[in-house]
Amino acid sequence: MRWLVARRGFWARLGAIIVKEVLQLGRDRLTFAMMFGMPIMQLLLFGYAIDTDPHRLPTAVIAADQSQITRTVLSALANTGYMSFTHRPVSEEEANALLQRGEVQFVVTIPSDFTRRLVRGERAQILIDADATDPMAAANPLAAAGPAINQALARDFVGPLAGLRDRPDAVELVVQRRYNPEGKSRLNIVPGLLAVILTMTMVMMTALAVTRERERGTMENLLAMPVRPIEVMIGKIVPYIAIGSVQVIVILLVSWLLFDVVIEGSIPLLSAGTALFITVNLAIGFTISTLTQNQLQAMQASFFMMLPSILLSGFMFPFRGMPVWAQWLGEALPATHFMRIVRGVMLKGADLGDVSAPLVALVAMLLIVSTLAISRYKVTLD
Amino acid sequence: MTPTPAALAPPTLAIDVHDLVKRYGPRTVVDHFSLAVERGRICGFLGPNGSGKTTTLRMICGLLTPDGGSGTCLGHDLVRHRERIKRETGYMTQKFGLYEDLTIRENLEFVGRVYGLDRLKQRVDQSLDRLGLTTRQSQLAGALSGGWKQRLSLAACVLHEPRLLLLDEPTAGVDPKARRAFWDEIHSYAAQGITVLVSTHYMDEAERCHEIAYIAYGELMARGAALDIIRHSGLSAFVATGPGADRLAIRLRDAPGVTAAAAFGATLHVCGPDREALMRAIEPFGNDPAIVWQEAEPTLEDIFIHLMGTARDNAPGA
Repeated sequence: MRWLVARRGFWARLGAIIVKEVLQLGRDRLTFAMMFGMPIMQLLLFGYAIDTDPHRLPTAVIAADQSQITRTVLSALANTGYMSFTHRPVSEEEANALLQRGEVQFVVTIPSDFTRRLVRGERAQILIDADATDPMAAANPLAAAGPAINQALARDFVGPLAGLRDRPDAVELVVQRRYNPEGKSRLNIVPGLLAVILTMTMVMMTALAVTRERERGTMENLLAMPVRPIEVMIGKIVPYIAIGSVQVIVILLVSWLLFDVVIEGSIPLLSAGTALFITVNLAIGFTISTLTQNQLQAMQASFFMMLPSILLSGFMFPFRGMPVWAQWLGEALPATHFMRIVRGVMLKGADLGDVSAPLVALVAMLLIVSTLAISRYKVTLD
Repeated sequence: MTPTPAALAPPTLAIDVHDLVKRYGPRTVVDHFSLAVERGRICGFLGPNGSGKTTTLRMICGLLTPDGGSGTCLGHDLVRHRERIKRETGYMTQKFGLYEDLTIRENLEFVGRVYGLDRLKQRVDQSLDRLGLTTRQSQLAGALSGGWKQRLSLAACVLHEPRLLLLDEPTAGVDPKARRAFWDEIHSYAAQGITVLVSTHYMDEAERCHEIAYIAYGELMARGAALDIIRHSGLSAFVATGPGADRLAIRLRDAPGVTAAAAFGATLHVCGPDREALMRAIEPFGNDPAIVWQEAEPTLEDIFIHLMGTARDNAPGA
């Protein structure tokens, strides 16, 4: 009997599952249409509709000039409530790196001759570099900064400096909006949508793929055949990785054509990050399907996953605008880390080093979730 | 090979399980069940609904882990060599287990690929040919009628040329013609040396088996060839014919000494474990000259209804 069975193991069975899944996907026309219609609809919907106003944004300060007046300027900025001085880099390079990695929203630079020029009545400048990838997060702080500084200084202009009081523009604020000089919010929304759409479709599709087998009674038949959990899992996931990739291409093309969003950084890096994110989501979907009994439950569980991914990942509201507990929840979501990768690579031109932290976080999530999925998937009906 | 229990088992037994136990919470679904089936035999597996037939079949093919007991299937240990058992066994689930949104051909190809079969196209062609579905191979499996679905399931089960077939109520809800075709196929597989364990509720199917195992509430109640079971049942039976004989069923059903009284068309069939008691029960109706009473052989159905009544019911409402 044994000689009748060709000695092709893993690959043949894996191939069998992949072929079967692709055929079934092709048969489910409605789902297929939804997977491509939904991203475009959401893109158009969300692309035009989001607004926010976060406070206490991390800010790096390079104060080359230490005086009573610079202290007044900095405390005026802090008192707007929009900035929180978290870093004191020693060089411009260090400050730029902080901005690039997204660790700070602003870099405030006070030149060494600031006080001297101000006292002399010359033109005194303060430079603010803003990470404008999320223009909503940057707009209000920048608008509030100039008036706040001049008002605070007016109180300090006593005695010999009283003459400066009548000059409302004694301090000139130079603002550089980095990465998104025109402050277009769609530039920020589009990468975020990538994360949200992938989470929504990928998690749900796989969650349903396994529960469907259970609900239709085909699981028992599948389990009675010599196919291993890992083969079922990978076999079910692979076709959706392909679908996810097509979704990404569709989103990026539409974004480019309609919103002029171009990719600043490396496309291979973006692709790798995206593939990783898709895989994490599929593994989560698979885990959900091992934890739920039917398709309805799987659907609900997927929504549980999706809502926070929309609300807490930094997509809907600037991440730093959220309370700390919400930020911690957000850190546990793959979408949050993917959002950082996409915004970094697409808008800031970040390189591998800049996005290594979120990449590592995604890999860790993948390992944890896959382990859970495989341990939950049973070869028996027990 | 080391002399494992599997190796020491009589090589002629395809199924050899002892004291299998399966519990779901406080319920014991299968209670110390033992069964041996020789190779190449068709064993009918009978018993009321919820008696543990499906659970037993699932334990034999490695889909469920027994809570107690041990045994071998095709010489492989039930628990340790699950993968080998799966390779050499074809299990047909009670519910249609193939993919309704795949075509007939795609389903067979899928099964063939999972088992890693060589000459896949040729095997599938042969299988379709044998089924007589070659012209309908691109239809969705979901579009097939109940009888065809079952025949397709069977074809999928035997595609990898298993040595044992476990069929769970394969003909439930299937019309007589399709059932007959299905059983002809089962017999042709048995003739090739394949062992078949098939659960059913149909008595005519039970009689087409080489032997029968009757299970009620998780326990094996009767075992052997149909004729032997009838011969050794110890039951007596009478048949009444004549106008109005069938109407006596209701009046006799609960009489002492009567296990079952059932109308078959215009005739009445009564049986009981004690011949004297049974005769006393029917005596009041023996005076009607229009009705003729004759002693008859008990049927398998009589015996199973009797066994069901005497079986310890440890699972009310099951």
